[in-house]
Amino acid sequence: MDLSKLTIASARKSLDAKEYSALELTNAYLENIRAKDKELHAYLEVWTDSAREEAKKADAMITAGRSLPLTGIPLAIKDNMLIEGRIASSASKILENYRASYDATAIKKLKEQGAVFLGRTNMDEFAMGSSTENSAFGPTKNPHDLSRVPGGSSGGSAAAVAGSIALAALGSDTGGSIRQPASHCGIVGLKTTYGAVSRFGLMPMGSSLDQIGPLTKTIEDAKMVFDAIAGHDANDSTSLPDIPRVQKSIRKVIGVPRAFVQTGVDPDVLERFNETLDKLKAAGYEVRDVEMPNLPYALPVYYIVCPAEVSTNLARYDGIRYGLSIDAPTIGEVYTKTRGAGFGPEVRRRILIGTFVLSSGYSDAYYRKARAVRELIRADFTRAFEDVDAIAMPTSPNPAFKIGEKANDPLAMYLEDIFSVTANLAGVPAVSLPAGVVAREGKELPVGFQLIAPHRHEEVLFAIGKDVEGA
Amino acid sequence: MTKVDVRALAELARLEVSDAELAKLEKEIPDILKFVEQIQQVGTKAAPSSPELRNVMRADENPLESGIYTEKLLEAAPKRKGDRIVVKQVVSRKKN
Repeated sequence: MDLSKLTIASARKSLDAKEYSALELTNAYLENIRAKDKELHAYLEVWTDSAREEAKKADAMITAGRSLPLTGIPLAIKDNMLIEGRIASSASKILENYRASYDATAIKKLKEQGAVFLGRTNMDEFAMGSSTENSAFGPTKNPHDLSRVPGGSSGGSAAAVAGSIALAALGSDTGGSIRQPASHCGIVGLKTTYGAVSRFGLMPMGSSLDQIGPLTKTIEDAKMVFDAIAGHDANDSTSLPDIPRVQKSIRKVIGVPRAFVQTGVDPDVLERFNETLDKLKAAGYEVRDVEMPNLPYALPVYYIVCPAEVSTNLARYDGIRYGLSIDAPTIGEVYTKTRGAGFGPEVRRRILIGTFVLSSGYSDAYYRKARAVRELIRADFTRAFEDVDAIAMPTSPNPAFKIGEKANDPLAMYLEDIFSVTANLAGVPAVSLPAGVVAREGKELPVGFQLIAPHRHEEVLFAIGKDVEGA
Repeated sequence: MTKVDVRALAELARLEVSDAELAKLEKEIPDILKFVEQIQQVGTKAAPSSPELRNVMRADENPLESGIYTEKLLEAAPKRKGDRIVVKQVVSRKKN
């Protein structure tokens, strides 16, 4: 079996046809991890023994004729999702030894399918970052060029799938954290509609923005994982009800916010983007310019709303109930010393910015104003979707950059998210699809093509995504 | 440019920050705020509440059996005594 070409869909067929067992498949991945992960550092921990046990259980399900779409499929899980009894650290010193007390809902659903968990993947600490350099446990490398970042924050998950050391992975996306690393690693990354997948058991970063989603080799695989993890959950009050939905009939019209797309994007990346649009035209699509005048404000809005939510969400890490605890004479000092020692620089920066934008005297001008502009961005999408099936943009303005290149420039790092944050602010689903490569210093670096669909219409992404792949 | 008292913010956020980092943040945070201040150019007033934002309540019924998760949750606590988490004194009689 050639793992570099393997997809969930093809593995499913082979497993059910008994061409190989789930245990053999899992062992092949464990073997690849041993051979490649020293270099890539995609995993923070590999669960060799339990993965084999899970694979044996999957084989029993297959033999009994009870196989489900993900039975025996070896997956990697981002380190900010809870699996009972397992360490879940969010790549932070403050949770370095924290063991989860329960399963996240997405994990529970994967367990019910008989999926195999290979290990937990590296990430930017608490999902804050676009390069995986903010991990407290060292950066992950891009499989296409080891001197470059895999993107972030789900960089470990993306590198694992692209490096064929996991068949698929779960990531989380708050401002592009699934799509941008998928783009930089040349794979598919799906951010689902806000509320489509339960956030129960996902460590919260920006609660109005966070979503769990798959990183896979193909759009078909992304749909298979999405179907397995989506659905209403009483444990997440923002989870959407399971109402029967009418599939949108696709008019084959793609909207492009031209003025926005052309600002600050690498010329080679723009060229790949336009080529993909041309391929879609050849496949019978109409490509139309759309006016979305508030998109240029998406990134500034995001870097107010997100830190504000970060500063409140991360208040829970106080050294009292779980995680790191630094002993000190007073309870106030226990808090400040634990948090000072446990959080890395980017997390501290965002907590402080969030504290500022929410503070008395400033919250009207920053946080409340940002919420108002967020509504305008949402309205831009609603209006645009009256005339088009989906909106296309590059996933990221640049190909993968060098490790260390942006580490000392927080604003340059934030600009990586300029195209991806728009979908999180509007709560709509979006996918990054591989769309060619650009040459840099003798290496070929992948570039992503982003499609954004109306609220709850992931099926539009799956349908057009197939045409992008086929083009 | 907005003057930012990073030391005061760190106190509010209960975050110990070294003097060296404080000096760095005093440059970085105003730069980031200057960038996000672009939104002031948008002519819109306070947020009309989004239709998707609403309170979601659960019926107060079918309570869990008391204590079934106690041990699981306490296992994670840095310091415990029996079924309690040990913390430093929170309320003090002394007035200063």
